[in-house]
Amino acid sequence: MPSRNHLMLRSAQRARLEARATAMQLLLAAALLLVANAAVRAQNPDKQAFEVIEHGRYMATAADCAACHTATGGQPFTGGGALETPFGILLAPNITPDVETGIGGWTDDQFVEAVRTGIGHGGIHLYPAMPYTYYTKMTREDVIAIRAYLDTVQPVRNLVQANQLPFPFNQREVMVGWNELYFRPGEFKPDPGKSAEWNRGAYLVEGVEHCGLCHTPKNAMGGDENSQAMQGSVLQNWYAPNLTGNRRIGIGDWTVEDIALYLKTGRNSYEIASGPMADAVTHSTSHLIDADLRAIAVYLKDLPPGGSEPTQPVSAQDPAMQRGQAIYNERCAACHTVAGVGIVGLFPRLSGAPLAQQSQATSLIRVVLEGSRAVATDGAPTGPAMPSFAWQLSDADVAAVVTYIRNAWGNAAAAVSASEVANLRQTLHRQAQAP
Amino acid sequence: MRHVGNLKGQKQPFGNPFEGTRSRPYPTPAQKQPYGPVLWAEAAKEMGYSPFPQPSGNLSQAYTNPLGVTLGPCTYCGFCERFGCGNYSKASPQTTILPLLMRRTNFEARTECEVTRINLDNTGKRATGVTYVDTQGREWEQPAEMVFLCAFQMFNVQLLLLSGIGQPYDVNTGQGVIGRNYSYQVTSSVQAFFDNKIFNPFIASGAIGMCIDDYNGDNFDHGPYGFVGGGYMGMVQPNARPIEVTPTPPGTPQWGAAWKKAVKDNYLSTILPATHGSCYSYRNCYLDLDPTYKDRFGRPLMRLTFDFHENELKMSQFLTDRLAEIVQRMDPRQIAKLPRTGHYSIVPYQTTHTCGGAIMGTDPKTSALNRYLQSWDVHNLFVTGATAFPQNAGYNPTDTVAALAYWSLDAIHKQYLRTPGPLVPA
Repeated sequence: MPSRNHLMLRSAQRARLEARATAMQLLLAAALLLVANAAVRAQNPDKQAFEVIEHGRYMATAADCAACHTATGGQPFTGGGALETPFGILLAPNITPDVETGIGGWTDDQFVEAVRTGIGHGGIHLYPAMPYTYYTKMTREDVIAIRAYLDTVQPVRNLVQANQLPFPFNQREVMVGWNELYFRPGEFKPDPGKSAEWNRGAYLVEGVEHCGLCHTPKNAMGGDENSQAMQGSVLQNWYAPNLTGNRRIGIGDWTVEDIALYLKTGRNSYEIASGPMADAVTHSTSHLIDADLRAIAVYLKDLPPGGSEPTQPVSAQDPAMQRGQAIYNERCAACHTVAGVGIVGLFPRLSGAPLAQQSQATSLIRVVLEGSRAVATDGAPTGPAMPSFAWQLSDADVAAVVTYIRNAWGNAAAAVSASEVANLRQTLHRQAQAP
Repeated sequence: MRHVGNLKGQKQPFGNPFEGTRSRPYPTPAQKQPYGPVLWAEAAKEMGYSPFPQPSGNLSQAYTNPLGVTLGPCTYCGFCERFGCGNYSKASPQTTILPLLMRRTNFEARTECEVTRINLDNTGKRATGVTYVDTQGREWEQPAEMVFLCAFQMFNVQLLLLSGIGQPYDVNTGQGVIGRNYSYQVTSSVQAFFDNKIFNPFIASGAIGMCIDDYNGDNFDHGPYGFVGGGYMGMVQPNARPIEVTPTPPGTPQWGAAWKKAVKDNYLSTILPATHGSCYSYRNCYLDLDPTYKDRFGRPLMRLTFDFHENELKMSQFLTDRLAEIVQRMDPRQIAKLPRTGHYSIVPYQTTHTCGGAIMGTDPKTSALNRYLQSWDVHNLFVTGATAFPQNAGYNPTDTVAALAYWSLDAIHKQYLRTPGPLVPA
């Protein structure tokens, strides 16, 4: 993660830089109307131009490069951020301009190739933890602009051994076949039947912001299940919820303004971001200009409802529900209220809440076990926290109270078993013990 | 209802008619009152007093403050009087301001560090920073252009004395200012036991209750009573925590089966209304460095020399008698008046509201700070807190502490930063 100071700097400069980014876009738009060779210039923009570097900084923020390419507590872009994949650990490499250990020796074409096709320096195959499967939709000029920005970052010597996977996954050649099966290369093609705003949103969601990396279910080989795009998925022991127009488990009830506000401040009247989404808001979406947030919202609102059909709620007479209700009223109701409506901006609503009714309860179980701190942004600086209940609730207790939350107040979702809680508790414990 | 007593000079119903003018109502309504305070207020009103809900920092509903920080509604759990609030319902720096400050690039909080002294340059007239010790016992020096001393009242005085800033007060000569004008707060109570009422005293929050201000300050004629000052009184229900709260009528054995039975019989049906009174400063009440006892850094501890004086004891008797009359009207089975009597003892706990020791004033010979809380001796040192109070008025100090801090910061912002130096000529 970027250092606090760096984030603060970004935060402090944001308004000014956003204004410049807007101006930049206008400039670019104007440029397109100019002379015939304008297109050529856009393909190979002047990397020394302030506007290009600033645009690159904005796009690097939108693409959230620093989130992975920074070790915990490390300097931004110097690499070492660990990505837990189902196949093993990958460390994100150093992307500062250091010639030997960073990307200082790369040509622009090599950089664009790595970002958009997953073929790294020297022809090695990248793993799709680097979301080239999404970045492939980015324009060459946007990627070159990111390179222009990265060229301005202090070069830092830091050799990162990216590939920590076990055999056979550590053999990068396996990616040839994988790409054949699951990678659809190609720049984003606007849909002429949709508005410019919708197309901008689609470009950001499907490409730059790579939302589906977390929110789209993966098959056994880690490829996107495109038929279930944005219908929610488990990643790194968090459940990234359904983002389709499904009103029960998606964001069908949210307005465009609700979505934009959530991405800008981390909260709206329905939800407060925590877990990995708190990071995404902190490092990326809260820094986007309002027009882009709105474009994302317009696009997301147009996703057709998808995901599991409503299930029968677990009966209120079920022993687990009765036990869960007793625990809820004693331990949870003080903040989330007996009626489950929560407090806007402080304690998330559970009644009717999509997050409570996802097909898998991973995130719910996790926050009960670990506690959670919601995101704090300039727009919503509170950052409320929930305590851990791991020390006072047994696996069966957690299963009961989560089952209750998923089936009270008109909610309906599958019951949670004690063994499911036990497994997650062990996994989280192992992670906490790991060096 | 916002329960303000005086809005822009207009008296408001249900508020404190004696309070100063407020420019706007409280941002949230008063909390719901428990049963005991409701009955007490009815009795007070019948007797011609003006009961009002005690203003507090406990939130009756969710509130987002002007800084954008959100607080939640209180759940009346009855623990916040002595503990932190897990529901973001108690106004304190960590729930109102720190979340915002922590986002500022020019703000840094070093937790679990203790400042051991304020450092001065060789003239002794300018602070150069502070020395502090971290949890590993390492000593650090933090240079600074300005130093704000914002510790608890006792520690403010101790740090001034340990840093050699200002002349220590000498009780024999009356000379010196640091440690001078120490004052306490005079509290008392009336315990009342009922047969037919269930008060559910555990339904509580830090300062919830109904009060009257009719016997405070100059709100009443002291002519026949032989004392000055006064206080507010009320039925405040801050807690009935297990173990801590075990009410038993006078005459009950202190232990054993009879004691247990008495606690069980009286826990739900006992109230403890209280008075909070003023305390004047006296020449023989002061703070100085202890000649014998040292803290873990080897520094002398703060020594408190204090006793109640006749004025405060008379006042306490008077306030307690008036309170007992109101309580009697609630028709209890038995009451026990508990006015402050005899000598001061540091146990049992009475109040945290200690004041003075480095007071603000107009004369460097009798005060440590000028009217802007600036040290007379070290112009880039400002001292906030109840330390500055020359006397303890009949109210809890926090609001005045906050008001003085704003007053001081306003002068720093508008005057001192432009031309650093003494804001008042000595």
